[in-house]
Amino acid sequence: MPKPASGWSHFPHEADIGLCGFGPTLEDAFAQTALAMTAVVTDPAGVQPLTAVTVECAAPDRELLLIEWLNALIYEMATRGMLFGRFAVAIDGTRLTGTAWGEAISRDRHQPAVEVKGATYTALQIQREAGGNWVARCVVDV
Amino acid sequence: MDLTGFEQISATAWRIAPTGAMRVPAIVYADAALIQDMDDKVREQIVNVTTLPGIVGTACAMPDAHWGYGFPIGGVAAFDAAEGGVVSAGGVGFDISCGVRTMRTGLVRADVEPRKREIADALYAAVPAGLGSTGTIRLSGAEMDAMLEGGARWALNRGYGVPADLERIEERGCMDGADAGAVSEKAKLRQRKEMGTLGSGNHYLELQEVRRIFDPDKARAFGIARGDVVIGIHCGSRGLGHQIGTEFLRDMALADARLGIELPDRELACAPIDSDLGRRYLGAMRAGINCALANRQIIGHLVRETIQRLFPAARLDLLFDVSHNTCKVEDHVVDGVSRRLFVHRKGATRAFGPGHPSLPDALREAGQPVFVGGSMGTQSWILAGTAESEIRAYSSACHGAGRAMSRHQATRTWRGREVVDDLAARGIVIRSPSLRGVAEEAPGAYKDVGRVIEATHQAGLAAKVAELRPLACIKG
Repeated sequence: MPKPASGWSHFPHEADIGLCGFGPTLEDAFAQTALAMTAVVTDPAGVQPLTAVTVECAAPDRELLLIEWLNALIYEMATRGMLFGRFAVAIDGTRLTGTAWGEAISRDRHQPAVEVKGATYTALQIQREAGGNWVARCVVDV
Repeated sequence: MDLTGFEQISATAWRIAPTGAMRVPAIVYADAALIQDMDDKVREQIVNVTTLPGIVGTACAMPDAHWGYGFPIGGVAAFDAAEGGVVSAGGVGFDISCGVRTMRTGLVRADVEPRKREIADALYAAVPAGLGSTGTIRLSGAEMDAMLEGGARWALNRGYGVPADLERIEERGCMDGADAGAVSEKAKLRQRKEMGTLGSGNHYLELQEVRRIFDPDKARAFGIARGDVVIGIHCGSRGLGHQIGTEFLRDMALADARLGIELPDRELACAPIDSDLGRRYLGAMRAGINCALANRQIIGHLVRETIQRLFPAARLDLLFDVSHNTCKVEDHVVDGVSRRLFVHRKGATRAFGPGHPSLPDALREAGQPVFVGGSMGTQSWILAGTAESEIRAYSSACHGAGRAMSRHQATRTWRGREVVDDLAARGIVIRSPSLRGVAEEAPGAYKDVGRVIEATHQAGLAAKVAELRPLACIKG
């Protein structure tokens, strides 16, 4: 079976959770990593894309930009009381503009397992694989 | 863990001599089985900590140490500002001043046993728990700043608790040197609806029975006896602390890159204590400590009101309130000389020994109470700080059992409903907004806290006083 073009997974970390997102572009890998982060909290498929929230961030390198992107989403989730199930990312050099679609948290429907406190620099890596796919990884603190 | 390079210096202490970039030695406190079970990352991370500027004495890992980010969870390290010492946002962690408050109730197990479900329901209704829950208190502007600089003292002045609570809280309830102006508006906004909330993950509010007493004299000093019911509250500085940690970690990482400071791990990002960034972080981090102290003070008040409504004869007072994610200025003797140091404890509990001047009179002879949480189904512990701990680990002890299994693996191993039913069959009532959260926190996903306690006791980091058994647990 051919490898899917884009997707996400979790990798184990003793206290917390590792996120991995991959796709044909760096932007896809960032969007998939955000989906992996939502999956720490709830099943992303159960989040309706009712409201769009735009975030902007900047960082001197790709690795730090990934952390800025995830932390911007964590902040929006926390202050708006929302979960996001769909993401679009545009990266221009050191700047990122992202859109997240989601809805207000429903404790009954989403059964949120745990709150993400912040994205860390642990196991932080962005790689372009031999086949051309981009892979992004980091650990989030829960 | 691969033990190559470790020198075993006692049954519960393993030393790595300084080589390469290490400025000081590292010691892991654990018995042979615990250290073998530890991840190799613990060794890598504690060795990385020894390379930081201005570190003095020894970098220590507690018996519950596990793979963290930057510092290992269970890591302790002290820095001297006069030697170019640093403060590290990653060395404190995102949940600034996460800790445990234990309250005595004046009740015994026979009082609560027939009414456990009713108590659990009432506590669950009174204390907001889990992601998406909000408190009834709304803070903004000057009131937010007053909370950040006043801590539990602020909460008391707003009607949460009684004056006697303060002397049983570290720093008497208010961390000096907090600077609300160093806390960003984003961090304050993130906290606006979160005062008096428990949070999620491994945070809990637990009704516990004193099951066994190991040191009758210290137990008497702590005012606990076999069969007593106590309440444990485990939570921290909520969204405010998380945002402070996030922002300063980034600022420190960017500053380190600009200054050409090379770190073995970006997560160790730090700033000289004597620098604008270091001072701003310390001011903000101390405001985060006050936020955690205020938060536990409010929750303690809600618990007190709830229990006294159900049991009018109950008298809830504090045994103690102690944090396990902090950086604090303390005096310690290193190589025979007393020095003022910045002690980072990341997932490690401060454990001042008998006679420490900061302890209230009633506790001074016995030493500071140390609380070690188990998991939902397992025992928790009350220990007491020892004189030896000062020499061994800057008066520090363990803080919990540590996970044995990732969250993902736990959800594949157990279903939340089964965990709740299994614990109910063992007499433990669980209330939680999320069954998946319960599965992730299943007792089997944690290491055996008893082994960690035994090693902590043997190593002289803190002494066993009492074992607690859960009766009811509110999980966030």
